Order: sequence, then C-alpha cells, then structure tokens
Amino acid sequence: MLDIGLGHYLTVGAILFVLGVFGIFLNRKNIIVILMSVELILLSVNLNLVAFSARLGDLTGQIFAMFILTVAAAEAAIGLAIVVIYFRNRGSIEVEDVSTLKG
Amino acid sequence: MNWTLALPEILLAVAGLVLLLVGVGPKRDMTFPITMGTLGVLLVAAVLSMATADGVAFNGQFISDSFARFAKVLILLGAASGLMLALDWNEKQGIARFEFPILVLFSTIGMMVMVSASDLITLYIGLELLSLSLYVIASFDRDNERSAEAGLKYFVLGALASGLYLYGASLTYGFSGSTNFAAIGSAVSGEEGASLGLLVGVTFVIAALAFKISAVPFHMWTPDVYEGAPTPVTAFFASAPKVAAVSLLVRVLADPFADLAAQWQGVIWLASMGSMILGSLAAIRQQNIKRLMAYSSIGHIGYALMGLVVATDTGLRGVMLYMAIYLVMNAGVFAVLVSMRRQGRSLERVEDLAGLGRTDPAMAIAMVVFCFSMAGIPPLAGFFSKLYVFLAAVQEGYWVLATVGVLTSVIGAYYYLRIIKVMYFDTPAGALDPRSASASVILAGAGLFNLLFFLFPAPVVAAAGAAVAAFAG
Repeated sequence: MLDIGLGHYLTVGAILFVLGVFGIFLNRKNIIVILMSVELILLSVNLNLVAFSARLGDLTGQIFAMFILTVAAAEAAIGLAIVVIYFRNRGSIEVEDVSTLKG
Repeated sequence: MNWTLALPEILLAVAGLVLLLVGVGPKRDMTFPITMGTLGVLLVAAVLSMATADGVAFNGQFISDSFARFAKVLILLGAASGLMLALDWNEKQGIARFEFPILVLFSTIGMMVMVSASDLITLYIGLELLSLSLYVIASFDRDNERSAEAGLKYFVLGALASGLYLYGASLTYGFSGSTNFAAIGSAVSGEEGASLGLLVGVTFVIAALAFKISAVPFHMWTPDVYEGAPTPVTAFFASAPKVAAVSLLVRVLADPFADLAAQWQGVIWLASMGSMILGSLAAIRQQNIKRLMAYSSIGHIGYALMGLVVATDTGLRGVMLYMAIYLVMNAGVFAVLVSMRRQGRSLERVEDLAGLGRTDPAMAIAMVVFCFSMAGIPPLAGFFSKLYVFLAAVQEGYWVLATVGVLTSVIGAYYYLRIIKVMYFDTPAGALDPRSASASVILAGAGLFNLLFFLFPAPVVAAAGAAVAAFAG
C-alpha cells in the first residue's frame, strides 16, 4: 500500500495551481471560466496549507485556510458583480471581446 | 494585548460602518456630507497614526513602528487628495454616489493594515480589503463600457496576483514553520539557511507584490486600468495604493527576508531595470494622457525599486522619500487631469491641453512645475527624489542601474516636455470649464511643495530616515 505523504499533497496542489494559472491565460472563451480558474488557484493553496498544517502539527495553516475561504467568497461575489455590469454594457462575456482598451 | 496600537484602523473601520448607515438612511442625496465626514475621519486617523507608540499587538499579528507611521501618513494623504478630486468630478459626470468615499475609506483601512502587518495572514487580509475595494471603484462608472472593462481586467489580474501571493505564503509557511515575520526571519537566518521551498515561496510573494506596484514584468494591467477607470479613481490608484504596496514590499524584504538579500536583489534589480526602460519608452507614443501617466508611474516605480536593490539604510530611505515626493507630484498632475473638461465632457487626450498656457495660465504653470518635477529637473522636488536613490546606487557600486536610470530620465523628459509644448505652443482648442475649488487647492499645495522642497528638505528626509531605521535592529 502506498503511503500518502506531504509530497503527494504538494504535488496535487502544484498541479491544481498550474491548471488554474493556465486556465486564466489560455482560456479564449468565457469570463466565467476565468472565475472558476481563480477558485481553483485558491483551493490549491488551501490544500497546501492544510497539508503543511497537519505535517507541522500547527493550527495556523488551517486558520489561514479558513480566512482564504471567507475572502474567496467575497472575491467571487465582487467578480460576478463586475461581470454582470460588463455584460449589461457589452452584451457579451467572450474573453476575445474584452479589448476596447489597448495601445 | 495592546489594541490601542491599531486605534487609527479601528476608528476608520467603525466610522466606515457608521457612514454607511448614515448614507442609506435618509431619502435625500448624502454624497457631499459623507465625503466630508470621510475626509474628517481620515484627518483624525492621520493625527492618531502619528501619535501611536511602538509595539506589537494581537499576538504578533500587527506591528506599529516608525516605518508604519510614515507610510500611514502618506497613505492617508493620498486617500484624502484622491477623495477631494473625486467629489466634484463624480458630480459632473453624474456618478456621485455616497458609496464612493466609503469604498475609498475601506481601501485605506486595507492599506494601513498592510503596512502594519507582521504576519502573512494579516498581510493577506489587508491586501484583499484594499484590492476588493479597488475592483469596485475601478468599475464605479458602471454604465460606461470602458470603466466596466477596466474593472474586469483589474479584477482578473488582481485575483491572479492574490493567488500567487497565497501560493507563496503557503510555501513560506510550510518551509519555515510559521506565518509570523519574526519567526520566518529566524528560520531564514538559521544555521542550515533557507530551503529551496522557502526560496520558491519568497519568489511567488515578490511576484504578487510586483503585480500590485505594477513593476515590469507584471505591469500589463496598469495602462488599461488607468485609461478605463474614471479619472479621479486613476488618481487614487496611482497614489496611495502604490505607496502602500511599495512600503509593504520594503517591509517584507527588509524584515523577515533580509538574510535572503543576495537572492532577491537580483529579482528586484531586473524589475527595476525593466520598469525604468519600459516606462520611458512606451510612454512616448501615447496620446491618451491617463495611459501616459500609467507608463510614467511604471517608470517611477522602477526608480523607487533602485533604492530597494541597494538595500542599505540609505537605499531604503531613498525608496520612502521617492514615494513621498511621487505622491505629491502625482496628486498635482491628476488635479490638472481631473480639471480637463470642456462643455461638461471630460477629456483625456494630450492634445486637449493645447493652448492651456493662454486659456488658464495658472494651471499651465502648475502643470509645468509637475512635469519638470516628474522629469527630475533641479531644483524641483522630483530631482531630489531621484538624487537620493541614484546616490545610494552609486555608493554601493550599482553603476549599470544608475546609468540606465539617468538615461531613462532623459528619455522620460521628452514626453513630459511634449505636454509643456502642447500647452504653450499649440493652437488653443478652446477654454476648459472652470476648475473646482478642491482641484485648485491641490494644485497650489502640490505646486508649492515641489517648488519649495529644496529650501526645506530636512523634515521629509529625516522622517524617511527615521522610518527605515525601524529595520536596523
């Protein structure tokens, strides 16, 4: 039976983090996908923190994770509100269309 | 438990909640009284900040020292000037809503918590309180397509930066065993030195903070957001949050990670160099003056970071002095930008300033002072801010950095001089609408500061020196 240690958790966290970052940059379709990628990044961090917390026998990491969960909720709310006003102005949430400002 | 150290923040937080209730209650428009109330509370908080003692509160989460006090006074000054410029502009633009001053107030609390943080968790909460408020005020002109797009871009890249910070913080926590700055500092300077994981964590944290100060290569959001956001919001973005994020970067690098200086100096060196070059070259072809100011601010961050690369007391003093003077120059330039309005429509192209020398000589002269000061021409304040960082760089043998700094200042002078040329030698495009009293006050105050700084530099220089002395111990 394979022992699951800190390294495994960190690897999963790193994979999720990279997926989230790539989701923001390579995604050419929809802004909602970007919001999902942001959540993915935050969850990968939470996984890291909880794994470290268990390993170190120290509660700080779990408290940090609770703070991140709370802030992530506020962040998602504000993000969706901005997407809504953007949609009202433009009638589209295609990533390709977000290009009025350039130069 | 010494909660009085956080009294300015607690006062602002309570005042913010009270003002929110005051705004929702009555039927009539409460924008003006609430803005005045916010300005009053900011003033009281500035006095309180200056009077707080040194010490650590909330189990090492929160620190009050001379550095935090200096940064807080600058932040409150920047927030107050941004708010004053917004009052009149928002009304003429038809977006005067009482939430605006309250959002500025909350972002100010975030910035003050940031510069007083002595723990990765406190830092995160401060950073998010700042960022979440800024996302909303960037898209405050919600029926304007450009403002909505600016808010959206700022949100996506800001959220990514928060993610980078958190990932770095989680690795730092895991490999040093604590989120407290003092404990991280002793883990870093321990006998076995910093582990690879810790170094990766520090790099992520630096990258996230570079995002917030818009240093190259994390600057790409700045021009778009500055152009799209309402002008007084841009004025606010370019002042207080920049000072707060630079102060935060200085604290993080000079306090817990001071013993990793050999590692992070290279990263900051690259960021400083890149910001100076990009800031001066990319601004040349800009027609939109807000976009031009965005590149100008990227360049100024490059100069300020030069002092951080040096990392001696002189260098860090140079950084804080630079940010103090930049804050005032910036407030002055944006007081002009906010006054650019003809027949009720706000303008933002460089050509729209044409003939200002004849139509509004007083404002044109003030703009000349700010442009020369930003270009670093003696004897204006901007010259001294550059002098102190260049001097520190040369003393420590960073010749390449100092030379590039001087060369990019010369290139930068080109686009500042172009603004002056447009104001004095181009055919007038018609008079601007009369400027508001608050813009005049800021123009006069910032103009006098820039002109007279060389006579009385000692108090500001001494305050910046006392601020960075907090890290000496």
